[in-house]
Amino acid sequence: MSAAMLVPLATGNRTLTIALFLAVVAVTLYITFWASRQSKTAADYYAGGRSFSGFQNGLAVSGDYMSAASFLGISGAIALYGYDGFLYSIGFLVAWLVALLLIAELLRNSGRYTMADQLAYRMRQTPVRTAAATSTIVVSIFYLLAQMVGAGALVGLLLGVTSPGLKNLVIVLVGVLMIIYVTFGGMKGTTWVQIVKAVMLMVGTVLITFLVLVEFGFNLSDLLGTAAEKSGKGEAFLQPGQLYGKDLAGKFDFLSLGLALVLGTAGLPHILIRFYTTPTAQAARKSVLWAIGLIGSFYLMTLVLGFGAAALVPTGDGSQIKTSAGNAASPLLAQAVGGGEGTLGGSVLLALISAVAFATILAVVAGLTLTSASSVAHDLYANVFKKGQASERSELIVARIAAFGIGAVAILLAIPAQRLNIAFLVALAFAVAASANLPALLYNLFWKRFNTMGATFSIYGGLIMAVLLVTFSPVVSGTPMSLFPNADFDWFPLRNPGLISIPFGFLCGIVGTLISKETHPAERYDELSVRSLTGAGAEKAVVH
Amino acid sequence: MADRSTPVYGSGEADRLPAHDHEVYDTIAKESDFVELNRRYRNFAFPATIAFMSWYILYIVCNNWARDFMDIKVVGNINVALVFGLLQFVSTFAIAYFYARHARKSLDPLASKLRDEFDRETGR
Repeated sequence: MSAAMLVPLATGNRTLTIALFLAVVAVTLYITFWASRQSKTAADYYAGGRSFSGFQNGLAVSGDYMSAASFLGISGAIALYGYDGFLYSIGFLVAWLVALLLIAELLRNSGRYTMADQLAYRMRQTPVRTAAATSTIVVSIFYLLAQMVGAGALVGLLLGVTSPGLKNLVIVLVGVLMIIYVTFGGMKGTTWVQIVKAVMLMVGTVLITFLVLVEFGFNLSDLLGTAAEKSGKGEAFLQPGQLYGKDLAGKFDFLSLGLALVLGTAGLPHILIRFYTTPTAQAARKSVLWAIGLIGSFYLMTLVLGFGAAALVPTGDGSQIKTSAGNAASPLLAQAVGGGEGTLGGSVLLALISAVAFATILAVVAGLTLTSASSVAHDLYANVFKKGQASERSELIVARIAAFGIGAVAILLAIPAQRLNIAFLVALAFAVAASANLPALLYNLFWKRFNTMGATFSIYGGLIMAVLLVTFSPVVSGTPMSLFPNADFDWFPLRNPGLISIPFGFLCGIVGTLISKETHPAERYDELSVRSLTGAGAEKAVVH
Repeated sequence: MADRSTPVYGSGEADRLPAHDHEVYDTIAKESDFVELNRRYRNFAFPATIAFMSWYILYIVCNNWARDFMDIKVVGNINVALVFGLLQFVSTFAIAYFYARHARKSLDPLASKLRDEFDRETGR
């Protein structure tokens, strides 16, 4: 999402949109207070009592994953760039096979509340938890900032708010809501918010997709042809190359992005901790299967939405879709298939899709805040600072204070960041997850010799390399679109660091492991293997 | 800070296990049922991972370096690029389906048998 979203959508139906936004807020707050009365123990707060079914958690995983960037951003990118806009969604979907085949069930059986629990299973607590908490917080804050800045712009767009003061107010309100969800509702409340959001998103998307297909008599070729013609680009609109791979650096950049997307998902801490909310590894597997089905069908529908917007709504220079960098495509398409601007159907559908986007923003920021707060309380406070001697009560108090602190920091950073182009932060979060977290998780599960130094090397190595490469890339300096357009220290040509930083993270894990003489982790490997594959001794669901 | 000479190992929960429980894990690890479970899991998960990663990287490479091929029209306005992209969806759904079936038939029964044994031995 870019900050260039200045033209608000039609404002005739603003009352209806605001009413639906308030309804979303009311429903989610009700869920939060209901959940706060159900949550008593640490397992309730961190893992929702491990009592969610595979289907429920599958919806919640999808809700956590399908951010406003993928709901509005991908359909918008397709509307503007055609086929290339679709490429993001393929990486986002294929990535779930890594989670399904290698991570979800094993993590559910061997971890407890955080990603660090799994990594620290057979390692020295202090260094591994500190490293894992650092990368958890870095990834979550990057992702959170991108979402918060996007929220200001999107809600401004959807409500027709243009003044900077009101946008700041929107960011503060989103931040306050997210703090309330996480502080009071914990994982149980956050999961239900995700479920509600996922259902709204799927219903809204199915409805608009159906209406678009009706317009084209369910003829996909016809839809594509009209989109290509209306885009003014002709056949090239349906071919690779409108957005990615225009020169050699661009081609490697695209490869780098593709790798980060496919390998990053299974290392995103806010996705990983979702697997702890199910009672068994089988339920965790089912939740990934549901997520693959839901996310896959969602991305197939965004294809129709994106090309539908290109075919039915103006996308040329000066159009609302163009000035909003694509984010207005889905809402405007909803208005068009509902009957057009000024009609009742058009107004209702526009307001409905806007409310879906709003629910999406709230749900995703809540998931990210919970993840960071859990890591601060469970990893840094209870296990590093208090050496595992903290009482459950004090740990939960720290978690709530941390949620408040992280929320406040996110609000304070997001307000000045609005003027910057920080869309790269989501891709960077995926790159760090793939370079720092995934190597450590895979080695810990599948390599007996892996040890404490290997874990800390791979996490810090992958994390530092990814952040350094982005710092010295065109994203940060050297081009008019950079974070600092007037500075010039962009010696690394790729915008996405994954191509270098992912292999580097894996390599660091090997080097760190081999130079350490530690033997204890290898002695505990059989135990971890048995536990992760069979679920023997795994955490059980909370019975109230 | 804790005494540097005695580092704290393991996740909090695992280290609260009685010493006997750690031994039960090590015993199960040597049983033929567990060796078989581990083999069946890895023999599916690892080749499948290599397969879908190669297939996905091939798709990216074609988008970058085989554009003439990707631009060929298959039917109507639908070209190879779109079909290839949609096949990534098909392969993802298919691998997920086959893994779920494999897990249900070949992994879950062994895992639950070993889990029962662990619960019996540790009195859980």
